[in-house]
Amino acid sequence: MTASALSEPTPMASRPGFRVVDIVRYGVIGVLALGLTYVIWGLYLAGEPLFAVVVMALLIGIVIVFGAKRFYTARFVFPGIAAVLIFIVLPVLYTTYVGFTNYGARNLLTFDRVTELFLAQKAIDKTTERPFALVADGSNYRLFLAEGAAGLLSEPFVLDGTPVNVPMAPVSEVPQALAMKDVIKLRTALGEVTATLPDGSEISASGLRTFAKVSSVYERQTDGSLLNRADGTMLVRDETVGFFRNAAGETVAPGWRVNVGLANFQRVLFSEGIRQPMLQIFVWTVTFALLSVFFGFALGILLASVLQWPHLKGKAIYRILLILPYAVPAFISILVFRGLFNQNFGEINLILRSLFGIQPQWFTDATLARTMLIIVNVWLGYPYMMLLSMGYLQAIPQDHYKAAALEGSGALRNFFSITLPQILPPFVPLLISSFAFNFNNVVLILLLTRGAPDIAGTIVPAGQTDILGSFTFRVSFQDAGQSFGIAGAISTLIFLLVGLLAYANFYALRRAAEARGRG
Amino acid sequence: MIVERPRELFWKKVAAHAFLIGFIALILFPFLIVLSISLRPGNFSTGSLIPDPISLEHWTLALGLPFTAPDGTVTQPPFPVLLWLFNSIKIGSIASAGILILSMTAAYAFSRLQFRGRGAILDTLLIVQMFPAALTVIALYTIFDALGNVTPILGIDSHWSLIVAYLSGITLHIWTIKGYFDSIDPAMDKAAQIDGATPWQTFRFVFLPMSVPILAVVFVLSFIGHVTEYPVASVLLRETNNMTLAVGARSYLYEQRYLWGDFAAAAILSGFPITIVFLLAQRYLVSGLSEGGVKG
Repeated sequence: MTASALSEPTPMASRPGFRVVDIVRYGVIGVLALGLTYVIWGLYLAGEPLFAVVVMALLIGIVIVFGAKRFYTARFVFPGIAAVLIFIVLPVLYTTYVGFTNYGARNLLTFDRVTELFLAQKAIDKTTERPFALVADGSNYRLFLAEGAAGLLSEPFVLDGTPVNVPMAPVSEVPQALAMKDVIKLRTALGEVTATLPDGSEISASGLRTFAKVSSVYERQTDGSLLNRADGTMLVRDETVGFFRNAAGETVAPGWRVNVGLANFQRVLFSEGIRQPMLQIFVWTVTFALLSVFFGFALGILLASVLQWPHLKGKAIYRILLILPYAVPAFISILVFRGLFNQNFGEINLILRSLFGIQPQWFTDATLARTMLIIVNVWLGYPYMMLLSMGYLQAIPQDHYKAAALEGSGALRNFFSITLPQILPPFVPLLISSFAFNFNNVVLILLLTRGAPDIAGTIVPAGQTDILGSFTFRVSFQDAGQSFGIAGAISTLIFLLVGLLAYANFYALRRAAEARGRG
Repeated sequence: MIVERPRELFWKKVAAHAFLIGFIALILFPFLIVLSISLRPGNFSTGSLIPDPISLEHWTLALGLPFTAPDGTVTQPPFPVLLWLFNSIKIGSIASAGILILSMTAAYAFSRLQFRGRGAILDTLLIVQMFPAALTVIALYTIFDALGNVTPILGIDSHWSLIVAYLSGITLHIWTIKGYFDSIDPAMDKAAQIDGATPWQTFRFVFLPMSVPILAVVFVLSFIGHVTEYPVASVLLRETNNMTLAVGARSYLYEQRYLWGDFAAAAILSGFPITIVFLLAQRYLVSGLSEGGVKG
């Protein structure tokens, strides 16, 4: 085979010495390395060490693969593999990891960030509050606090947002103060100014017009809990739930991310109010995928058989018209159906009402909503099955049908005794992947019903037409709560199933390939 | 040819045509209705299939122009449809170009170069590809949220984030292109090799020029895939002006604000070009799907 001979770059091609190409290559690698180093540093500073490590691995990979001659072959596959690893494998693993944490809208940040948030809460001592004025001094500013007939004035200082501590000294006359609108412009920078009064006490901006003694509400204790300075109560750090608890034992938001072990899985599988809808959703997901595949396949093979009939004229035009539902972007067709099925003024109900006097509640009745989903999905999916069937039908030798005709066999008998047995084996992997696709056909559900109608009495909002994927998607992004942890746990369970399906599909593909090799 | 009696054959033909025409009428009904709706005045009007009076209101709005009704009231276009279409095309083109580069180099290596773990990597890719992106959106969101802290170019609400995320969808394309490369006569690379070409040169000057048709098909298929992608785009793109068509189109049909007529015109306007492109490419799609996957 030629491949082995080509595996090493032939020496003839590389002339001795340093070529321009190499300089350009090292230059590009260098620039890329600098850029990625910046990203790594930034991610580390932003408190995302995990992603920093991933980018660092990418950087090392790039430098090694594109820098060293040894890895010449790897250069062809490295970029693609890296993309798959970072944007498919990493997200799958990370989602699984999230399933073991309490990550969500209420537990979004790290413990340090949450502590910072609490420490940033300030209490203003109203008794010390006093008006201030800002005085321009060249490009610098002075702070003036009225006191008695005159007041206290600071030395000139730079007001650019850096923290500054200015000592105040008594002066005898009131200087010309800046107008309010100019002070407003400077309010962010003013927040960083601390004034030290002659008696040693420090005050800072407590409003647009006033300075006062401002102090943190909470003080950090060595064990990580927070002491409320005003009333002496403690917020105790509870690592098991990722929240501070107050004296009454209640959790105080915001919380931070912690590992909660199998808690999410336990909730999903065993806790009342989630398990029941989960089970129902799972059964519906499987039913939905099976029915979609079955009807799509049946309709597709039926149409393909008719189209394949030698006596039929105008095949080309029929074919184009029949695959139109597949050609139109699905998101448009699905939304079109959403409008057509509208209960009150959708065209389908208008027709049904004028013909039969009925007005089905497509979006509020669970059974009807499910029927609608199957109808739309079969409409979307049969052309794919039809196209594939047409290809496989051509591979069946005509002799078989001739022999059958001599025996006097009819069309139905032909189909079930000749066509189906021959077409099914190569179709199995495609049916499996079609099942896997519909099992996670999130787009259809999200655009058509969004899970509606709701299942009554559940803790996490769940819909009668939700499939596992759309349910997970809604739990993480659309409904109040944003419980990423729960969503991660459900996703992990789906991943296991998808993994099984993927393996089955892979196995079926192998079998089909072997069968083809033998045939 | 199978022998049949002429009289029976005639009725069979009639039945087949009747069945197909009836079925197609049923299947195409939604499209005709939508066309009709897009030409009716107002967003809630009902009527016959051929609208009367014909109003260009929705088409004017879909093209991004304000519409002046006969009574003088002016309606502003509700959504920037053409901008969305442009966003979709931009993201789809760049991502597909990237995918093409990644998948054709990889396909070449898998088809012609010997390296350790070649078969294992191919098989793994096939399995990995089945994991649905819709379920990893939390992770994708977190990744780009984190990257956004470093540079807004790769943050949430950036088109580049979406493009980078899309670059991972290469497996099917690798299989398709590899299937094609496998069918190229090995004598070709032998000849190139004798002339002193490196594998890269063989790829660049022998394989690439020979595979322009299949590469065009892969580009088109991947383009369509990206233009119609919904879950990841809906999570990564938030601002109305940043949205792709697939994400934005839904805004027409919220219960509180139901712009059925406007949607119909926008849907046809934006769906038509994509449909045409797909119809032109579909022949190759089938051979890619049924063969690419099983050529081991």
